[in-house]
Amino acid sequence: MSITIEIPTAFRRFTEGAPKIDSGALTVAEALNDLTAKFPGLSRHVRDEQGQIRQFLNVYLNEEDIRFLNGESSPLKDGDRVLLVPSIAGG
Amino acid sequence: MKEIHYLRCRECGKKFANAPQSFCEECFAPLEVSYDYDALRRVANREALRDRAFNMWRYSEFLPLPDGFVPSAAIGGTPLVKSRKFAERLGIKNLYFKNDAVCFPTLSFKDRVVATALVAARRFGFDTIGCSSTGNLANAVAAQGTQQGFETCVFVPADLEPVKILNSAVYGARIIRINGNYDHVNRLCTQIADKFRWGLVNVNLRPYYAEGSKTHGFEIAEQLGWELPDNVVVPMAGGSLIGKIAKAFCELAHLGWVEPKQVRFFGAQATGCSPISDGVKRELSRVQPQKPNTIARSLAIGNPADGPFALRLIRESGGWAEDLSDPEIIDSIKLLAETEGIFGETAGGVTAGVAAKLVEQGRISRDESTVVCITGNGLKTTDAIAADFPVQDAIEPRLEAFESLLEQHLQRTAGAPAQETHV
Repeated sequence: MSITIEIPTAFRRFTEGAPKIDSGALTVAEALNDLTAKFPGLSRHVRDEQGQIRQFLNVYLNEEDIRFLNGESSPLKDGDRVLLVPSIAGG
Repeated sequence: MKEIHYLRCRECGKKFANAPQSFCEECFAPLEVSYDYDALRRVANREALRDRAFNMWRYSEFLPLPDGFVPSAAIGGTPLVKSRKFAERLGIKNLYFKNDAVCFPTLSFKDRVVATALVAARRFGFDTIGCSSTGNLANAVAAQGTQQGFETCVFVPADLEPVKILNSAVYGARIIRINGNYDHVNRLCTQIADKFRWGLVNVNLRPYYAEGSKTHGFEIAEQLGWELPDNVVVPMAGGSLIGKIAKAFCELAHLGWVEPKQVRFFGAQATGCSPISDGVKRELSRVQPQKPNTIARSLAIGNPADGPFALRLIRESGGWAEDLSDPEIIDSIKLLAETEGIFGETAGGVTAGVAAKLVEQGRISRDESTVVCITGNGLKTTDAIAADFPVQDAIEPRLEAFESLLEQHLQRTAGAPAQETHV
């Protein structure tokens, strides 16, 4: 079982330039924890002081915003992609 | 002269040099253009406006423009209409419609934001520009982008109104239709701006783009005789415009061009896509995204970029937010057209209808001055109301046929007898 976490350019200064990492995480929360364990410099950019995902960081599981799923508890299956998008713009 | 504008994080306040970048590297909150207001005070002079044409560029000192900037088109400068009949229906005295349904060149307020975004695109050396759009922005980007010689590419939801797609295609812009809603289009554009060196006006050029909206607010203040209204009712999609009108009012007050005033800001959404009004009503600290399902497609943004700031502004100003169902939107479009002669798009129906609702609720007082922002033209969203206006049977070109029709009409309406008028 392997999923991919896709890392936006803004995060890559903390990931030694890596655009994605593979993980064996079973939930979105585990995937984010894997990412920040591997690259501790990212921790404070992913979660705020209360431990919540930062308000302006959007997390998607494949095509869907995790807020329309089970949030961080959303289960992952083999081949899933977790996508981080800082500050969605538009409007 | 030293440049007096720069980028600043709206959340943590960190300053950044001017660049095609829309979010803070530290906390990922949106960046906005800020100014050295002491320097601005020295260069901006209200008296100088007397010699300038009435369009958005008369406020150029308040915009992120290079020295010696020469505007290419007379964008903005739209009417502020003092309402008579609509206001009478509501029993309110001082009601105004700021009518960007007639904004040049593409009949929505998006002409203003694209104007400042393309100045930035030129400055940062982009050859290709584009946007994610619910339609109005695509029209404005297509018109100004191609006219100014940019390679222009607009991204829209596949199910967008055909008229809005046509209104972009005609300028020669490339249209890329995306299977998904606006939020999917937007996410894709965020990834494109991350990977390609394209200037996407509402993504990496967003701080400069959003500044153009301030001119809607500057014009309101000037058209009211350099006074601020008590209330403003603003349609909300991404939630940017409402904040930029507030910023415009603050800047004018800060420079002493108007008397400072606590203006109340009211937000208007469609019930089928109401993440911000829902947040206001339920007193949420964070906006909960929604899946849009409304005829008001120009407001159909389920994950609004400036949602948190709009929530805060509405609360702190003492305003409120409301939303309208699709049938209510259609009724409101008709009422605005019948009473004021303004054919607003679906978002215009939303805003006018929400204003009426707020008066009924007592949230807008009948004696206060209120400006309602109409941001797009009804000719672009005729699909939404076409079913309400079935095509009438034709008659023969004979007087008897007309008289017979008139007879039927009068019988159907008041049952009053037909009258012949001889002239």
